[in-house]
Amino acid sequence: MSDWPLLSLVIFVPLVGALFILMIRGDDAIVARNAKFVALWTTLGNFILSIPLWAGFDTQDAGFQFVERYAWLSDSITYHVGIDGISMLFIILSTFLMPICVLASWDSIKTRVKEYMIAFLVMETTMIGVFSSLDFVLFYLFFEGGLIPMFLIIGIWGGANRIYATFKFFLYTLLGSVLMLLAIMAMFFEAGTTDIPTLIAHGFDPSLQNWLWLAFLASFAVKVPMWPVHTWLPDAHVEAPTAGSVILAAVLLKMGAYGFLRFSIPMLPDATVYFTPLIFTLSVIAVIYASLVALMQEDMKKLVAYSSVAHMGFVTIGIFTFTQQGIEGGIFQMLSHGLISGALFLCVGIVYDRMHTRQIASYGGLVHRMPRYAAFFMIFTLANVGLPGTSGFVGEFLVLVGVFQVNTWVALLATSGIILSAGYALWLYRRVIFGVLDKAELKSILDLTPREVAILAPLLGAVVFFGVYPQPLLEVMHVSVENLITQHQAALEIARSVLVAGK
Amino acid sequence: MMFILIVFLPGIAALIAGLYGRLLGDRPAQLITSFAVTLSAILSIVAFFQITGTDEVERIQVLHWISSGGLDFSWAILVDPLTAVMFVVVNGVSALVHWYSIGYMSHDPHKPRFFAYLSLFTFAMLMLVSADNFVQLFFGWEGVGLASYLLIGFWFDKPAANAAAIKAFLVNRIGDFGFALGIMAIFLVFNSVDYATVFEKAPDVAGTSIGFLGMELDTLTVITFLLFIGAMGKSAQIFLHTWLPDAMEGPTPVSALIHAATMVTAGVFLVARTSPLFELAPITLGFVTVVGAVTALFAGTVALAQNDIKRVIAYSTCSQLGYMFFAAGLSAYSVAIFHLFTHAFFKALLFLGAGSVIHAMSDEQDMRRMGGLFSLMPLTGTMMWIGSISLAGIGISGVFGFSGFYSKDLILEVAWASDAFGANLAYWVGLAVALLTALYSGRLLFMTFHGKARASQSAMAHAHEAPLSMNIPNMVLTLGAVLAGIFAVHGFTESEEFWGDSLFMLEESVAILEAAHHLPFWVKMIPVLAGLLGLLLAWYFYIRRPDLPAKIAEANRPLYQFLLNKWYFDEIYEALLVRPMKLLGYALWRIGDGRIIDGFGPDGFAALVMGLARRSAALQSGFLYHYAFAMLIGVAVLVSWFLFFG
Repeated sequence: MSDWPLLSLVIFVPLVGALFILMIRGDDAIVARNAKFVALWTTLGNFILSIPLWAGFDTQDAGFQFVERYAWLSDSITYHVGIDGISMLFIILSTFLMPICVLASWDSIKTRVKEYMIAFLVMETTMIGVFSSLDFVLFYLFFEGGLIPMFLIIGIWGGANRIYATFKFFLYTLLGSVLMLLAIMAMFFEAGTTDIPTLIAHGFDPSLQNWLWLAFLASFAVKVPMWPVHTWLPDAHVEAPTAGSVILAAVLLKMGAYGFLRFSIPMLPDATVYFTPLIFTLSVIAVIYASLVALMQEDMKKLVAYSSVAHMGFVTIGIFTFTQQGIEGGIFQMLSHGLISGALFLCVGIVYDRMHTRQIASYGGLVHRMPRYAAFFMIFTLANVGLPGTSGFVGEFLVLVGVFQVNTWVALLATSGIILSAGYALWLYRRVIFGVLDKAELKSILDLTPREVAILAPLLGAVVFFGVYPQPLLEVMHVSVENLITQHQAALEIARSVLVAGK
Repeated sequence: MMFILIVFLPGIAALIAGLYGRLLGDRPAQLITSFAVTLSAILSIVAFFQITGTDEVERIQVLHWISSGGLDFSWAILVDPLTAVMFVVVNGVSALVHWYSIGYMSHDPHKPRFFAYLSLFTFAMLMLVSADNFVQLFFGWEGVGLASYLLIGFWFDKPAANAAAIKAFLVNRIGDFGFALGIMAIFLVFNSVDYATVFEKAPDVAGTSIGFLGMELDTLTVITFLLFIGAMGKSAQIFLHTWLPDAMEGPTPVSALIHAATMVTAGVFLVARTSPLFELAPITLGFVTVVGAVTALFAGTVALAQNDIKRVIAYSTCSQLGYMFFAAGLSAYSVAIFHLFTHAFFKALLFLGAGSVIHAMSDEQDMRRMGGLFSLMPLTGTMMWIGSISLAGIGISGVFGFSGFYSKDLILEVAWASDAFGANLAYWVGLAVALLTALYSGRLLFMTFHGKARASQSAMAHAHEAPLSMNIPNMVLTLGAVLAGIFAVHGFTESEEFWGDSLFMLEESVAILEAAHHLPFWVKMIPVLAGLLGLLLAWYFYIRRPDLPAKIAEANRPLYQFLLNKWYFDEIYEALLVRPMKLLGYALWRIGDGRIIDGFGPDGFAALVMGLARRSAALQSGFLYHYAFAMLIGVAVLVSWFLFFG
């Protein structure tokens, strides 16, 4: 089994599923039903297929594993994939969430079901591709390719103002991507290859590094999203269908921070150090600014979206501390945020499916009719607040421990985020769930269906399990993160000695 | 195994009642949780006798929690004498409150949920006191905060209860913010978050400095100061106290358990637990003393003017916590824990007694509509009297005293004997508050149980003694309020072995504690006199001359308003913090995101492109002569260009 191209299989099985759906013919209702089932089984199968990636992962090996390399565009631009302790878990996160997304769309998507499922499966291929690419051109292909299905998902199955949101989403991300493409080309001309491990070892000229770094920043900052290029996110979330929001928040946002970890930090160490204060500033602003804005939102989805911006601020802070705790915390926070924000968007979607409104003011007292929903929503809210015992705590705590060693001001300001997050999250919960149920249209609202329980329960289990026992995730990261930090420091040493010799 | 059971029984019971409560029905859910906690309480007593007085420390690792680089800690149970004492307090009061609640909540439709929350709280509190590292302590810390939030907001239909629940959580989070930073600083300095390592290294760290927010400050002072911010939040000390009175929106048994006996004392526990750090940070200790003294005075004065029976007791709790803190600030950690111990009995009793009254009066909480209840509920009345006398600290030194007498007197004696920073202030404030305590306690008793009945005829006809299920727990607590002091005073504060190695005191601190025990008789009796005077005043004002309080209030209108409105803390916070924050959030959203970022970003760009497009589109009018004219101009310009430059 070890000589199977397992990683490629995980990447392309969804695409095969999409092709399969494409070939379904016949009556509309039957097509829709079959498309749903094919999508469900494909994503479930792919999740199971991806488990050996974790089970067979050697936590003592800092290098890339499950590596595959085939000739592609040229000798220096190859199909090169592989995973390490930083990327592996994101693949598992993606495959884990996909069946949930398919199930979440089961009843709420009524038009063009076939096309919707195809878009999602293509999306899955590109997501997994991003996290396993070891060639820059391949990475770029997946990174940009993922925009198209997302663009369609929001633009076709989105809400009333979807066209505005899609264009905003597309404009922002495309602008960043163009700059990244230029940077990739510059790197290619400089190093003669787009092979990522080779580029990491290349050691770029410090004067070039700054420009490349800024070009990367343009692309990654939009994805994260960092302040002030975050405004596409609330709009995109509000308009996207529930499952679209889940994938957007849980996986797409992680690509930005992943980019920092995979490219900016190891390839451009000097520029990274040079720009770290900038990242800290933007991230701290993101944490406080987005939390304050979240406090005043009237739309549930927008509130969760702004809360995402704030939580991703923690991620970027953690990554740029270059401490073991900070980086591991950042990665953990990404995974945990993937689960929690995904779950929160699902929670919003569940009531949206029933009432067709996301206005907080239209709800109140749901606990009377939906006690099970209230319990799920409560636990996810608490996880979002970072209560110890949930996965939300582990990430935030590690990030803060990491940053305190580097800069106490940043630690202080970021920690204030834990107060604000409690504010907006509990206030939202109170207005939606608690109180007297006095709105006539809510009087007959129904509690969770078994399908909805099946969607939320795995997420709940993961959030609590990894909050109490995060070791399985952290163990995977240890060696790779350690390696990242040592390499980073070694690169800085070299740059410093060159500088001294030059004088 | 016993220790694991002590901690996890309530947790398991909470899970069962929470998940399967509706399936099981009310009665099984109540019994499972109550029996689990009771069993846990019995085991706690066994543990108490096994652990206290020895150097024995039990440490059981349950599960590896987080490891990342040098950071590595586990879920573990650490039982030393301090933990054992807290086990008894927590489980003892919790078990009684569970049984009491069966009667008290008999009309409530959500019983399983209530009992699940109660047990969940107990579990979190036990995790807090049995942690062996700061992060698990923080888990328990936030866990009790969560349980408190859930229980305050238990009646989720009441807007006031919801608001109070969120307020409690948020104000506690402000404290936790400091606490969390403290943990980060501890890891930075000690490269560990385990008590054992940190406490062992503490003497080496004393005197070093740490860079914090651009300043070079004494390491241990920074750490302890940050930790103490957490303690201030949880224990409702001044500035972070505003949540506690509002928390009275929750059911009364909750107030007894969480907001009197256990959770709010977690701050005191924290200071005692980290005494190896605090003891080496004299500046922080001084701050602790002052905060404690000021809180004691502030809350004591406010309690005088409150009319809600539960709020009087809530402010009283706040004030008594102030006592505990200044005792801790004066390095008398054992005395602080002793007061925590006795206070748990009489304050839980007072709350549960008040609960019986409220229950009897059909949820009336305003003392102005009570009075003359003693004849209707003599047992509750008697027990409340005993609780209040214990709270007022009445007794004769060397002969017998109620529980509160021993602990409160000792605190004042330490303040008398000590010459640490703030000791003088603490003594005089403490003495004044002793009088205030007796005065407001007396006021509560006289307004509730004696004098003319001010309730309506029907309400009085309805009033009745509490059922046995509620009175038996109260009787147990009454026993504690009477006897806990005299039995425990020797062990808690005089014996050298009782605490093992769980509390750390420098030699001079030990000497002061020693000296406090050997003060002349008259010094020991001054606080008692203050207490008696307070009770007498209360009798005079509320029985003899019931017209006087109103007149005094009228004559000192501003002062009365100041006290009635709780020193205007809520109003000030609302105006200075809450509203500006919301306004800022709104402004950042509408102006920051909307007008500036989007306005100059995507929307502005799109508008620009649209504008250009519209203008160029306008050129294409469709009239032939327009185009012909444009061509003509073009030709003219071209020809001219060639003529002049060609």
